[in-house]
Amino acid sequence: MISENHVQHAMQFVPASAFKQCSADAIGDAHLRRSFRGAMDFLMDKRAAQFPDDATLQRQRDVAEKIRQYSLAKLPELLEQLERKLTANGVQVHWAENAEEANAIIVGIAQKHSAKLMVKGKSMVSEETELNRAMAAAGIDALESDMGEYIVQLDGEKPSHIIMPAIHKTKQQIARLFAEQVPGASYTESVDELISIGRAVLRGKFMSAQIGLSGVNFAVAETGTLCLVENEGNGRMCTTAPDVHIAITGIEKVVEKLEHIPPLYALLTRSATGQAITTYFNMISGPRKAGEKDGPKEVHLVLLDNGRTQAYADEQMRATLQCIRCGACMNHCPVYTRIGGHAYGTTYPGPIGEIISPHLMGLDPTHALPTASSLCGACAEVCPVKIPIPDLLIRLRGEATHDARSGHAPLVGQGAAKSVLMDVVWAGWAALYRRPVLYRGFVWLATRFRCLTPPTQSGWTVSRTPLKPARRSLRERLTERRRNRP
Amino acid sequence: MSARDRILGRLRGSAPAVAPSLPDAHALYAARRTDASRAERIASFCLQMTFWRGGVMRVTTDSWTARLRELCAAKGIGSLLYGAHGVHGAALAAAGIHSLTPYDRPVDEWKQELFENTDAGFTSACGAIAETGTLIVWPDVEEPRLISLVPPIHIALVDAGNIHDMLFAAMINDSWSGRLPTNALLISGPSKTADIQQTLAYGAHGPKELIVLLLVNEEEL
Repeated sequence: MISENHVQHAMQFVPASAFKQCSADAIGDAHLRRSFRGAMDFLMDKRAAQFPDDATLQRQRDVAEKIRQYSLAKLPELLEQLERKLTANGVQVHWAENAEEANAIIVGIAQKHSAKLMVKGKSMVSEETELNRAMAAAGIDALESDMGEYIVQLDGEKPSHIIMPAIHKTKQQIARLFAEQVPGASYTESVDELISIGRAVLRGKFMSAQIGLSGVNFAVAETGTLCLVENEGNGRMCTTAPDVHIAITGIEKVVEKLEHIPPLYALLTRSATGQAITTYFNMISGPRKAGEKDGPKEVHLVLLDNGRTQAYADEQMRATLQCIRCGACMNHCPVYTRIGGHAYGTTYPGPIGEIISPHLMGLDPTHALPTASSLCGACAEVCPVKIPIPDLLIRLRGEATHDARSGHAPLVGQGAAKSVLMDVVWAGWAALYRRPVLYRGFVWLATRFRCLTPPTQSGWTVSRTPLKPARRSLRERLTERRRNRP
Repeated sequence: MSARDRILGRLRGSAPAVAPSLPDAHALYAARRTDASRAERIASFCLQMTFWRGGVMRVTTDSWTARLRELCAAKGIGSLLYGAHGVHGAALAAAGIHSLTPYDRPVDEWKQELFENTDAGFTSACGAIAETGTLIVWPDVEEPRLISLVPPIHIALVDAGNIHDMLFAAMINDSWSGRLPTNALLISGPSKTADIQQTLAYGAHGPKELIVLLLVNEEEL
């Protein structure tokens, strides 16, 4: 129990800059590691079962990648088309350059309606803008209604996985949480009963909330349609029962044609949770029309940049925006599996988080994240839209340690991990390698005085044996062998 | 300059000069087209819908109202929400189902009653998808959005002739892009969640039960 409490404290709202300490703490927590190992194995098996034939999968991935690349290539045009279509359908479109602007727009709409309560469907973009905090500051309750999100919000935490927010919690922890925090709930470890408790609380909220907020999985430009993917029905509740529906999304989620949706949707659910389809696919093309008896009377869409245009500006890094947020990269990441989602301290954890967070937050607080990878390549192999994640990790590691190359605008926080010592070491190394005399002299000294190598070598020897030069260099040994040959 | 202009300006400044060619989603599905027969589509739909824990009852044009009446009695449904002026409104009204409750006024006037005192909702589904066991539901003036969401049981009537092989086929064959309603839905089974320790539980926020009345011919019963 001690370790559980410890982790709960450590996991709340950690700054991304504390990544190294947080990941070290997480690795030391056997309970947390067991939870994630089990959950990730489960999700990997379920995904694999959906793709029995590799050739078919590769064909699907090729098409999905092309659709995303095509959409991004035409992004400015498609965003304008989407805005035109949505406006014609009666949806109000807002643009926000950063989190503060997005939150201000949403708070403004809520205040116009004198709202006291907003129910939220799952939206990672609203986590990214920390909307709940902004709503609370304005005196408006923002209640998460996805079961997993509801659970982590009740415990004052943040999601640890983009698809399964409460994946780090055991049912015993949730049972205790409900018994303590939900009025009238008694302790039960039955998952069905726990879900019933959540259902009962949230139904009352769906009924009374004036505002419903949701994310967007795909936006279709040609029809002006917002698509939501979910199993629980809370997304439908939030977008149907309250008088006002506000959707918030990153600018990259738009596709041109409705026929582009089936290939992406089919890969999204299979990659995410190993389901051939989700319970609900909710396509919203406008508010309640004259004569209709339900549905929101107002629908708003907030389009958020928040650093995405920085990724867009670079041809290689633009691929980051192909992401459809399935979470398969984290499910298959050996680092994520060992440290869990909270250690990253960012809204998006795991491999996708390591390549998108530097754009959303700048490299200053995030430069350690791209190093949280063994570059094994599992993420790129499972990515349904074929984002070359390891290449982008290497690219960002570089951008964090040097100034912007000519022809490239500096990233926010460019060179954040620059170190004089490292520059000197590399410069010395390069000088040695370029001059054979120096190099041979260095090798002679290193092999002869190998007994002087220090037994502790900074971070290396924390979990590895110390590095020590060989007795003789390869070159010397080859020469010796040639000499001894009969 | 507005946020909109600045965002679009940045994007335009770095968008590639030549867009790649339009991706061919048709080609992907053409490779998989099965030309399944009606019987195969029915079988696949039933199998998949059952996998999602949706109930399927095969009914005929003559028998479905009677079967629905029996179902309501068996489930003890005290109020069955329906669209009185919908396609099936008249047939339902004539079926002698005592629990019929028409959705006849804006939700704002009776939201609490809808949430707290409605046992089941009846809608039609304009189509279905064989591959995934999915209902295509397009709510409208007569059969509003919340019928298929708020009551704990959702009963949907769908004609087996409207089962498509897959979602893509449904979209293309029925020209969705030119005529989408304000809200279009795909529904595959009752509401569910696995958010607590990956344990599947049904009836998260929407219906706990989904029952499909599948309209077939006499010999397909």
